[in-house]
Amino acid sequence: MMTKEANVFMPSRRAVLAGMGAAGLMTTTGLSRAAMAQGAPMKLGFQLHATGIGASYGRWYQRTADAAAKMINDMGGIGGRPIELVYEDDGTGPKRGAEVVDKLANQHGCEVIFGTLFSHVVMGSAPRAGELKIPYLVCSEGYHVASGALNRWTLQPGITDVRSQIQAMAPWVAANLGKKVTMVFPDYAFGHDHRDFFTAAIAAQGGEVIAHIAVPPTETSFTQYLPQIPAETEVLYHVMVGPGVLTFVKELGEFYGAGAGPKLFGFIDSLEAVDMATPGLEFLEGSHFWEAHSRVKPADAGEHEAAYRAAVGVDDNGASLSDPADVATFSHMFSAWETLFFIKQAMEASGYAGPADRQKLVETMEGISDLPYGVERPQGAKMFNGKTHQAFGTQNISQVQGGKLVRVHQTTMADGAYDDAVDYTAMSF
Amino acid sequence: MKIWILHIAVLLALVLAQLVLPPYHANNLSRILVLAVFAMGYNISFGYAGLLSLGHALLFAAGMYGAGMLVHHAGMPALPALIAGGLAGGAMAGLVGLLALRTAGVSFMIVTLMFAQVGFLSILYFNGVTGGDEGIALTGPQRQILGLDMTQDTPRFWVALILFAIALLVKLALVQSRFGRLMLAMRENEERSRMLGLNPFGIKLKILVISGVFSGVAGAAYALLFGYLGGSFASVQYSILPMLYVLLGGAGTVLGPLLGAGLMFYLVDFTSGLTSAYLMVVGAALVVLVLFAPKGILGTLRERWLPWLP
Repeated sequence: MMTKEANVFMPSRRAVLAGMGAAGLMTTTGLSRAAMAQGAPMKLGFQLHATGIGASYGRWYQRTADAAAKMINDMGGIGGRPIELVYEDDGTGPKRGAEVVDKLANQHGCEVIFGTLFSHVVMGSAPRAGELKIPYLVCSEGYHVASGALNRWTLQPGITDVRSQIQAMAPWVAANLGKKVTMVFPDYAFGHDHRDFFTAAIAAQGGEVIAHIAVPPTETSFTQYLPQIPAETEVLYHVMVGPGVLTFVKELGEFYGAGAGPKLFGFIDSLEAVDMATPGLEFLEGSHFWEAHSRVKPADAGEHEAAYRAAVGVDDNGASLSDPADVATFSHMFSAWETLFFIKQAMEASGYAGPADRQKLVETMEGISDLPYGVERPQGAKMFNGKTHQAFGTQNISQVQGGKLVRVHQTTMADGAYDDAVDYTAMSF
Repeated sequence: MKIWILHIAVLLALVLAQLVLPPYHANNLSRILVLAVFAMGYNISFGYAGLLSLGHALLFAAGMYGAGMLVHHAGMPALPALIAGGLAGGAMAGLVGLLALRTAGVSFMIVTLMFAQVGFLSILYFNGVTGGDEGIALTGPQRQILGLDMTQDTPRFWVALILFAIALLVKLALVQSRFGRLMLAMRENEERSRMLGLNPFGIKLKILVISGVFSGVAGAAYALLFGYLGGSFASVQYSILPMLYVLLGGAGTVLGPLLGAGLMFYLVDFTSGLTSAYLMVVGAALVVLVLFAPKGILGTLRERWLPWLP
C-alpha cells in the first residue's frame, strides 16, 4: 500500500487482486477518500506501552494524548478535520513494536505514528516506519535520533534527548553539590549513556567522576556495590531504574545510616509514578533530581500549566485528580501532548491532505525551529533542530523537601546544546 | 509421495496467500515464515530428539548478531552474512552442547537456560559493539540480498519463503532419513540405542548443531529482513516462544512449527487489540491445548486421522 512493491518473479499483489475482481475493495477505497475530503476523522497512530516494563508510562501517555486530542478537536481539529487516536500495544518490545507500526499504518490507515518512549522499541520500529515512509515521531529521550542512527522519517520534536539533559545538569551539580562524583548506574545502554555523557559533562566543569559503579540489570540487592563508593565522594549520581529502585534507596540509606554521606543526585526516571513519600524513600529527603517537567506545580509555573494539568486530570502534586495515590509519570508524559500539537502545527503548515503528502509533511517539520511556550508546549519553549530531528528545551532540578519535589533550578536551552552529529535533511527519503 | 505433495502444496498456498492478502497480513506472513524456521530448529531438538532446551534464544541471537554485526561493523554483504549467521548458530549450539549434553532432563533445561542468560547479559555488557538493549538498526544498503531490497515487502517475502522452503524440505528429508530415526531413538529410548552400539552423545550433539543452524539462519534472517538486532531477542522470552510454537502446532511434526508460529502470532495480534491482559488469554488457550490436545494440533491430527503425517 504505502510501500513501493518491487515486481520480482511473480505478478504483483495489485495485479492479482485486480484479476480476482477486487472491485469491491477499490470501491471502498474510493468511498473512504471521498469521506476524508468531507472531514472524516484523521487517524493518528499511537504506539503504546500498555503492557511490559513501560506499562506505568503507557497508562499516563494514553491519558495525556487523549487529553491533547480532545483539546485539538475542541479547537476544530487539524486543518478542519477531527482527529482520532488509534492505540496499539507494543508490549514495550522491539519485535512487537515493528509489527505495531505495520498495523497502525497498513491496517488502521493512520496518517502518522507517534508516542513511543522506550529506546529499544524505537530502534526496532524505526526501520519499518522508514520502509513504510510514514512519519514516526518518538518521545523516547534517546540520543539515537540525534546521533544519526535512524532515518529521515523518525523525529523527536516533543522532548529533549538524554545527552542534552545530562549536559545541562552538570554545571549546576558542579557548582552546588560537588565536583568529585561517583556514578551508580544500570549496566546497559541507558546507564551507559549517563556514564559517558555525564563523565564528559562534569569534566568540562572542572569536576571528575572518581568511580563508575555498574550494576547488572539482574541484581535485586545492592549491598555488595555500596562499599565500592569511595569515601571522598562528594556527589553520588544514581540512575537506577526498574523494580529494584526502592531496594536500592533503602539499602543506600541503611549503608550510610545517620552519618554524613555524599550528596545525592538522580534522574527522576528512577521514581516516575512513585510517590516520594513512600515508606523507605525517607533517605532521599534533601536530595536532588532532574525533572523535565516538574511533578509538583512550581509557585512560578507558567499560565498554561494549570490548563494542562486539568486537561490530563493531574493535581498540583502530580497525582491523578481521582486518586491521589495514582502518581503520574509527569516528568515525561508532556512529550505525548507536545508531539501531538507539533503534528498539528506541521500538518496545517504543509497543507497535509493525505498519505501522498507525508514527504512534504516531514520537510515542513524539518523547517520548524522555534517552538514557543504556550498551551501546545506546557513544559516550556523548545528549539527544534531540523537537521538532527531533535528538540531542545529547558530542564529542571528539584529537591525533595518534606516528601515532595520542589524545583530549585531551571536550565536554559543553551546549557544543553551540542554540535550536530547528523544532517537528516541530506538523506534521501 | 503424498507427503511431498502435501508440503509442496503448503508452499504453493503460501505463495498464493502473499499475493491475495492485504499488505499488513502479507508482511506478517514474512515474519511468521522466519519465526517458523526458528521453531523448526527447536522442533528438531525438542520434538524429534526430546532435548527440551530453554536456551534457544542464544542460538537465535548468535545468528542475529553473527550476521548483523558483520554487516554493520565489517561491511559484509547480506548473503554471506546470512550464511555466517547460520554457522554462528550451529557453532554456538556445538559449544553449548559439548557441556550441556553431559546433563539430561531438568538439568539440561537449567544448563541451557544459564548459557542463554550468559549470552543475553554479554550482549548488554558489550553494548559498545552490540548496541546492548537498544540494539542496532540496519540501513537499506546493508539489507540487499542478491540484488533484492529487503526494505521492500515483496522481495522480502520471497526471500523469507525461499528460506522457509529450504528449511522445510531439508527437515522433511532429515526426518525421513536414517538419521531421522536416530533422532527418534534419542527421544524414545536413549539407553536402548546405547545398548545397540550407538553413541547418544555424538548423535545428540549433531542434532543440537543442526537445530542451531536452523535457529541461527532464522536469527540472521530476522535481522537482515526486518532491519534490527537487539538484546531483547536473546532474552528468555525467545527461548520460550519457539517451544510454544512447537507445542501448539505439534511437536515432532514437520508442519507444526509453521502452524504454531502463525496461530500464536495472530492470537497475540488479535487479543492484544481486545484487552491489555492478552497474555492471560494466550495462557488460557495453551492450558486448553494441553488438556485437550497435548500433542498439539497436527500431533493430534496425526494420532487420530493422519498417521502418515511426518
